[in-house]
Amino acid sequence: MKKILKNKLSQFIINVIILAAIFTIVQYMLNVGILNRFYEITLTSMCINIILAVSLNLINGFTGQLSLGHAGFMAIGAYVSVVITNYFELPLIIGLIGGCLGAAIAGFIIGVPTLRLKGDYLAIATLGFGEIIRVLLQNIDYVGGPAGISGIAKQTNWAWLFGSVILTVIIIQNIINSSYGRAIISVREDEIAAEVMGVNTTNYKVLAFVIGALFAGLAGGLYGHYFYIIKPETFNFLKSFDILVMVVLGGLGSTTGAIIAAIFITVLTAALQAFPAVRMIIYALILILVMIYRPQGLMGNKELTIRSFGKIWGEKR
Amino acid sequence: MLEFMQQLINGLSLGAIYALIALGYTMVYGIIKLINFAHGEIMMVGAYVGFFSISVFGSHIIVAMLFAMIACAILGVIIEKIAYRPLRGATRIAALITAIGVSLFLQYTTVFFLSPQQRIFPQTAFQTKDYLIAGLSISNKDVFIFVSALILMAILQFIIRKTRTGKAMRAVSLDRDAAVLMGISVDRTISITFAIGSSLAAAAGIMVGIYYSTINPLMGILPGLKAFVAAVLGGIGIVPGAMVGGFLIGILETLVSGYGNSLYRDAVVFGVLILILLVKPTGIFGKNTGEKV
Repeated sequence: MKKILKNKLSQFIINVIILAAIFTIVQYMLNVGILNRFYEITLTSMCINIILAVSLNLINGFTGQLSLGHAGFMAIGAYVSVVITNYFELPLIIGLIGGCLGAAIAGFIIGVPTLRLKGDYLAIATLGFGEIIRVLLQNIDYVGGPAGISGIAKQTNWAWLFGSVILTVIIIQNIINSSYGRAIISVREDEIAAEVMGVNTTNYKVLAFVIGALFAGLAGGLYGHYFYIIKPETFNFLKSFDILVMVVLGGLGSTTGAIIAAIFITVLTAALQAFPAVRMIIYALILILVMIYRPQGLMGNKELTIRSFGKIWGEKR
Repeated sequence: MLEFMQQLINGLSLGAIYALIALGYTMVYGIIKLINFAHGEIMMVGAYVGFFSISVFGSHIIVAMLFAMIACAILGVIIEKIAYRPLRGATRIAALITAIGVSLFLQYTTVFFLSPQQRIFPQTAFQTKDYLIAGLSISNKDVFIFVSALILMAILQFIIRKTRTGKAMRAVSLDRDAAVLMGISVDRTISITFAIGSSLAAAAGIMVGIYYSTINPLMGILPGLKAFVAAVLGGIGIVPGAMVGGFLIGILETLVSGYGNSLYRDAVVFGVLILILLVKPTGIFGKNTGEKV
């Protein structure tokens, strides 16, 4: 068993089988109706949150640049994609791609000037930009102003969601494990040292920021095409804090940690739907307690892989 | 011209409020390099303490303000002890995330216990009257806010410049290690800084209550952020800078809502922040210091 797990190809096959199995089982349960409307909504939020958390983790966790404006990019993705599908009546795929590109361009425009800033200044500047995006959307009558756009055809389904999550995770994981990823992590570990070693830190920070924004745009597009209505108020900075809670809880710098935390937070949100204040108090306590007692988050920068399961299994034997 | 003067006068009282909040941000930042995100929420708690001391005990507005200031000073010290002190050696991002957590905690515990609905700040405590002076309409609430803010700022300046505590605060913000060697109790000084900053925020909270005549649990977010912008504008960590920045932001905001579109006033304030961060991150009064390896 251990030998099989060490082989990269067989690991890949195992991954594909597991993912295909998850997809088919959930699709079957949705078709048959074991998962009712409530679970379907929770499932959708879960997938969207995973995309948001994993993409924010690239910026906050791996690059070490605290961004508090992720909801702004999500908003741009949602609006651009909905305008493309609703106003121009183009297919969903074009809408999603457009949303991603829109968010990425916004990420670039915002990232180039602000990423010169460090630490807490950057956090406030991104928070400010996120709010500016929201205020601008509120004042553009073309997209409905404060009321937003409603009556959006529901096109997001489980296949789109699952595919998007897989795509996001694979692309971001591959970036992290490439030479780009090592450069990005070196920026987090010690920016000055990285610069001395010849890493163009600004370039890599902007790169991470743009990719993070791109996937936030994807999440926004999926969101817009599921919940019938988008309005600027949905994407305020509390939404950005929501995503931040997931990243912090999962571990700054762990993709699997971000996924687990996103699932946990979504379930918690669904369970506490009737008590929104309690939910926010729990979020607040999570932020404070994790920072005081386990600042690296639940997973730290470790990843949960099939191999680590194999290790546990192997040890038990 | 007359209308411009009128906007300027309206802006002064709002600016005074922002300046008071900005002072707390700047003092805390100056001493432990932390953006105390929860500062706006301390202001909110101050407004609620004032609200209840007026509506339940029927106290005078000045008494209510003193009461709120004492309560928030204690709250500020407690927050620092529980949430920020364990993180003193940690990264600044960790401290910032904790501050966001404290901010959310204060907001939603207030929502939980006192309902999210907004309350009318008791009018009995402060009868507003408008006076017409040389064609300008001046409300007594504007005068009250402006004058009491100036008094508080003068007291603060006195504490910082003339007392031993103030000297200790300046020493710790200049060089903490050297301050320790000189026999200054850093923990105590930081606690005092939080107490003073929080009490100023509480006074600002009462003023916001008078100014907008309503209070709600989430009222601290926007004024808090704008006051932060004011602190950055003046040069964060620099006390006179926070005062000037506060007045500038307050006047800018009233001018934008007076002449332009009031929906854009929040965006304009954040635009100023980004502009100042890009052009001169150290603020109007800041000095450039090179980064040391």
